[in-house]
Amino acid sequence: MTILQAVGVRKFYGAFCALDDVSLAIGEGEHVSIIGPNGAGKTTLVNVLTGLVPPSAGTVSFKGHDVGRLDPLRLSRLGMARSFQLVNIFPQLSVRETIAVAAISHLGIGGRMFAGLRKNRAVWEIVERVGSLFGFSGKLDQPAKSLSQGDKKLLDVASAFALKPEIILLDEPTSGVSTTEKSTIMQVLVQAAKQTGIKAIIQVEHDMDIVFGYSSRIIAVHNGRILADGSPEAIRAQTDVMATVVGRQ
Amino acid sequence: MTTANPTTVRVDSTRSFVKLAYLAPVIGFIVIAAFPYAAGPHYTILMFSAMGFAIALLGLNLLLGYTGLLSLGHAMFLAIGAYTAAYLTSAKIMTLELILLTSVAVAIVVALPIGLLCIRYVKIYFSMLTLAFSMLLYSFLFKFYLITGGDEGIRIKLPSPLLFDMSNLGTLAALTGPMYYYVFGMLIVLTFLMWRITASTFGLGLRAIRENEQKAQYLGVNVQRYRLIGFVIAAVYGALGGVIVGIPVGLADPSLAYWVQSGNLIFMLLLGGYTSFFGPILGSIVFIFFQDQLMSYTEYWRLTFGVLLAVIVIFFPNGLMGIIDPRRWWST
Ligand SMILES: Nc1ncnc2c1ncn2[C@@H]1O[C@H](COP(=O)(O)OP(=O)(O)OP(=O)(O)O)[C@@H](O)[C@H]1O
Ligand SMILES: [Mg+2]
Repeated sequence: MTILQAVGVRKFYGAFCALDDVSLAIGEGEHVSIIGPNGAGKTTLVNVLTGLVPPSAGTVSFKGHDVGRLDPLRLSRLGMARSFQLVNIFPQLSVRETIAVAAISHLGIGGRMFAGLRKNRAVWEIVERVGSLFGFSGKLDQPAKSLSQGDKKLLDVASAFALKPEIILLDEPTSGVSTTEKSTIMQVLVQAAKQTGIKAIIQVEHDMDIVFGYSSRIIAVHNGRILADGSPEAIRAQTDVMATVVGRQ
Repeated sequence: MTTANPTTVRVDSTRSFVKLAYLAPVIGFIVIAAFPYAAGPHYTILMFSAMGFAIALLGLNLLLGYTGLLSLGHAMFLAIGAYTAAYLTSAKIMTLELILLTSVAVAIVVALPIGLLCIRYVKIYFSMLTLAFSMLLYSFLFKFYLITGGDEGIRIKLPSPLLFDMSNLGTLAALTGPMYYYVFGMLIVLTFLMWRITASTFGLGLRAIRENEQKAQYLGVNVQRYRLIGFVIAAVYGALGGVIVGIPVGLADPSLAYWVQSGNLIFMLLLGGYTSFFGPILGSIVFIFFQDQLMSYTEYWRLTFGVLLAVIVIFFPNGLMGIIDPRRWWST
């Protein structure tokens, strides 16, 4: 079943075409890697898919809803979550509080003015679980701004997971993390996705070991176009695609 | 309140200082409670006003300290409170509780439409819009003489609470006696309520918005609604403070809504420390007493205030609370 779909999407920045006639459909159970050289349009694609950037032409729909008409809040309520390529944190909130913001939304108890947070078991259970899943157990009370670069990015991912979304879009979740940590994180991601019932993962990724090690489907983007879209085996077989995408990293 | 469980945070060598910071608010409230016994009527009435400002500032800081929105027109809600008291007491409605409830209602009715417009904007645009609305109110109060009394304003007669009988007391005795403690009680209750608000899921949402609006939105925080509710709460506190501030003066006049008054409120917040929950209370008290002393010593008190403000901004960005509470236990 298709969860997220793009049809004939174009995105112009002035005269520059960052996305050119992109169509794709993401279904349940898929772990999709978006690959491509720098400036290919991967982030733009994720931004269009998550409603952050409106497409110049074409449509994006999420579970049958037109993403163009939904703001991030509604998308999150419908079950979409994302993380960002650049560090995106609540600098002065602790790790605990950051994850709690998402947990509260998931539990639907946001905006309760006199509902004390400190004694809310449900919230802190999610925070502890997601926190330990992503290796934040000893750092829960640290302010987000004091974390390492890699941890900051991971916190962005962790808080997206705490929303318990149906689909999650991650823009280079492991950049800024050491190579050895990368595979740990990927295992965590896959495990967390299973545990929290995430139906699909879309991940922008540069590291080919990770791309071929974890994804069920690969979409190669180049100059704003989809160059190839298929299983890891099929993509690996296309040597021209591999040369374009990997050669220029 | 920055951590879910403050007791687990490392204290070690600075334990005693931390305890002092923890106790500071308690000590502060004891000082306020004992004040009428230690100080003369002049200072007691100053403290009365300071409590009124403190209430208004608690609200204002929900916007600035917690949500990251700088309102430059918050004095309009002071004026709304004071004028409500003026109209009602002029109409021989002297029950304080009724006046307070009415001012809350008026504040909500006024703040909803203004808030709906203002919260769509952030940073300087939000500040300018709030300033514009306060100046609109100021002009209205100033020009519509027949309704508002123009620049002379309207008298506020001393209201009396249902809670206790003050009929046999003179104005001064009432203000430094039962009324003082009534307002003190209000301050305690409103401080407690504000504490609960900031410690709630709503409060965390506000802080998330302050830190990163876009991320908050993607994590399911209804940014517009939270901001609007925050704005209305701030307005309600502003109006309640306005009633209290107006009582010892005995007058509601347009200067209450003037931008200078809004500027003073921001000054008080910076002085006490807008990054601290208790900054508003400390700031209003220090400001009021400092202003009183300065004005009696020098005619250049505005100049002195200007210098003081510059020093605070440059050297003490966390205000006086930053000095009392270096570990930031009461951080917003
Ligand atoms: N806001 C913008 N205004 C103008 N041009 C933009 C804007 N955002 C992106 N671009 C351009 O669109 C192209 C695609 O950018 P995008 O960020 O999507 O690439 P990417 O594939 O994510 O690259 P990277 O691997 O470096 O993250 C780039 O040439 C970029 O310069
Ligand atoms: Mg990118």
